[in-house]
Amino acid sequence: MSATITSQTPESGTDLIGSGQDGGVRDQVTAYIQRVRSGDMGSLPAVAGFIVLCVLFTTLSPFFLTERNFANLLTQAATLVMLAMALVFVILLGEIDLSAGVTSGVALSIFVVLSNPGGIAMNWILALLISLATGLAIGLFIGFFVAKVGIPSFVVTLGLFLGFQGLQLIIIGDGGLYRIQQPQILAIQNSNLPTWGGWVMLGVILAIALTTALLDRRRRARAGVPSRAIVLLWIRLAAIALIGGVVIALLNQNRGTGFLAVSGVPIVVPITLVILWMGTFVLDRTKFGRYIYAVGGNAEAARRAGIKVIGIKWAAFAVCSTLAVVSGIFSASKVGSVDAAFGRDIVLSGVAAAVVGGVSLFGGRGRLINAAIGALVIAVITNGLGLLNLPGGVNFLVTGGVLILAATVDAVSRVRAGGSIMRR
Amino acid sequence: MDTPIIELTDVVKSFGPVSVLKGVSLKIYAGKITALVGDNGAGKSTLIKGLAGVQPYDEGEVRFDGELVALHNPREASRLGIEVVYQDLALCDNLDIVQNMFLGREEMEHGTFDEGRMEREASETLRSLSVRTVKSVRQKVSSLSGGQRQTVAIARSVLKSATVVILDEPTAALGVAQTEQVLALVQRLAERGVAVLMISHNLVDVFQVADYINVLYLGQMVASIETAKTTSDDVVGYITGSKTYSETSA
Repeated sequence: MSATITSQTPESGTDLIGSGQDGGVRDQVTAYIQRVRSGDMGSLPAVAGFIVLCVLFTTLSPFFLTERNFANLLTQAATLVMLAMALVFVILLGEIDLSAGVTSGVALSIFVVLSNPGGIAMNWILALLISLATGLAIGLFIGFFVAKVGIPSFVVTLGLFLGFQGLQLIIIGDGGLYRIQQPQILAIQNSNLPTWGGWVMLGVILAIALTTALLDRRRRARAGVPSRAIVLLWIRLAAIALIGGVVIALLNQNRGTGFLAVSGVPIVVPITLVILWMGTFVLDRTKFGRYIYAVGGNAEAARRAGIKVIGIKWAAFAVCSTLAVVSGIFSASKVGSVDAAFGRDIVLSGVAAAVVGGVSLFGGRGRLINAAIGALVIAVITNGLGLLNLPGGVNFLVTGGVLILAATVDAVSRVRAGGSIMRR
Repeated sequence: MDTPIIELTDVVKSFGPVSVLKGVSLKIYAGKITALVGDNGAGKSTLIKGLAGVQPYDEGEVRFDGELVALHNPREASRLGIEVVYQDLALCDNLDIVQNMFLGREEMEHGTFDEGRMEREASETLRSLSVRTVKSVRQKVSSLSGGQRQTVAIARSVLKSATVVILDEPTAALGVAQTEQVLALVQRLAERGVAVLMISHNLVDVFQVADYINVLYLGQMVASIETAKTTSDDVVGYITGSKTYSETSA
């Protein structure tokens, strides 16, 4: 606090420069429309695309909008959602990690070899921790070459992408395949919360959203700056309750085909939501997160502001690789096995998911939720086209088309707003 | 004349065999605008980098408020309240005004940002500088004009009790109206008691706001004059080396 500043400013909050939080609901809505028009669309195009695709596939296939397919879609998407969220941490820096998929492959290969009951038979929790630590170590390894040595991340991770395929082959053995033997790992994607569990989950989400919003408002009030009209908070909570309620109600229907009833929210959903919430908290409210955005926006400015740019990059790669291993765990749980090609093909879909969701490859712009929504869009395409019995090639064509379309919408909106594409 | 807030005496800086500053002396006073002019390669940037602690001087004395100080790194400079606004502004386009002003020194509470407090302080700082061109402190910097960006960069420098603000070419690449705004802002800085060191190529700007003019020529301070006691022609002469300044001719 500077004495020279405070001495000159009268103690009234009324003539503070606008903060974007002031005004009634109408002002807020106008301001939002203004932001969208000026090219700051966030995940709006992805959400719109998601809805359009869902409507399209519902009309084209009688199987799309069924409880069974809906749950299927979520578990299919989980791996990609997690990987896209992992990649956000490095994409925000304007970097890339092409080895995220094979990193999860190496880590999971180590897990299955260590935990395999017929082999080393290590305690599976210990093996899982070693697997996650492997991801962390790989991230630190990449971060060393990118941040410290100064090699472009594209080159470093491309090298690892090639090298780790070989490493995986050596760990697993030629043509080998290990089945996942731990019911706890398999449960992540194949078991569900009890029906009441889903409602408890929704209640917890609403409670957290309400508490953080109220704490924020109290903090702002204490500082003497305006908060948004409280009715906007109620609208937001109502929207979460409505969408969450519909999703949980759908998932709580019996979707079993045989005699066994299958219902409830897949366990992978709350796990993903917790990681999404924690990651968003870190990115929005802590120095580490803010500095990731700053380094991605203008690394030189960040350096001059006293930010340790090298450390931030290093840490971001470590987070990315560790979360990539989590995505690998989801995948292993879904597939039920790990082979020498595990995780090889998914990484570019992860990058595509982030871009479709509105995360800028130039760095500095995008949020975890954007990547998650982008991943859902890509998962819906795969799922829907699969139901239509179209040849496999169509899936890739459509996904690629959507990616280019998303990037075009982003670029055009920015050019119209007067900014150049490269600057942001 | 009171003690200068910063007094450089015979500072020397060389890069290998190339000596860039060959014994430069400079005085900067609180509440005054001191201009530093000179042609490209005269050593202006090297001089301010030394003051910012980015590239320490090889030899010479630096006195802060009469006390001998060492400026070996940026932290020591910022502890004394020396802030530099670089020519390329060093703002993050993707962050908003508050986030930029507090970058690297965010107000925290329980390990998370105290956004309300930062918003208020940013707003108050801008208002104390009579900034009227900014609508909202939560605007992204990418949406600001060149003059507004300069305003934010300057406001950032005085957010935390700055005693000395060094401005590197604050009006370069600005339009006429925006130049006026920024110059007015520079004057308000000085009125608040901040010592301003302004590097500029634009002599019209210099003569409009500066109290003192210092001319660097090939690593030597060839003239240190009160603005009122010189003319634009003379200063051009000192800059190009075609005229020599002596105390008697002033």
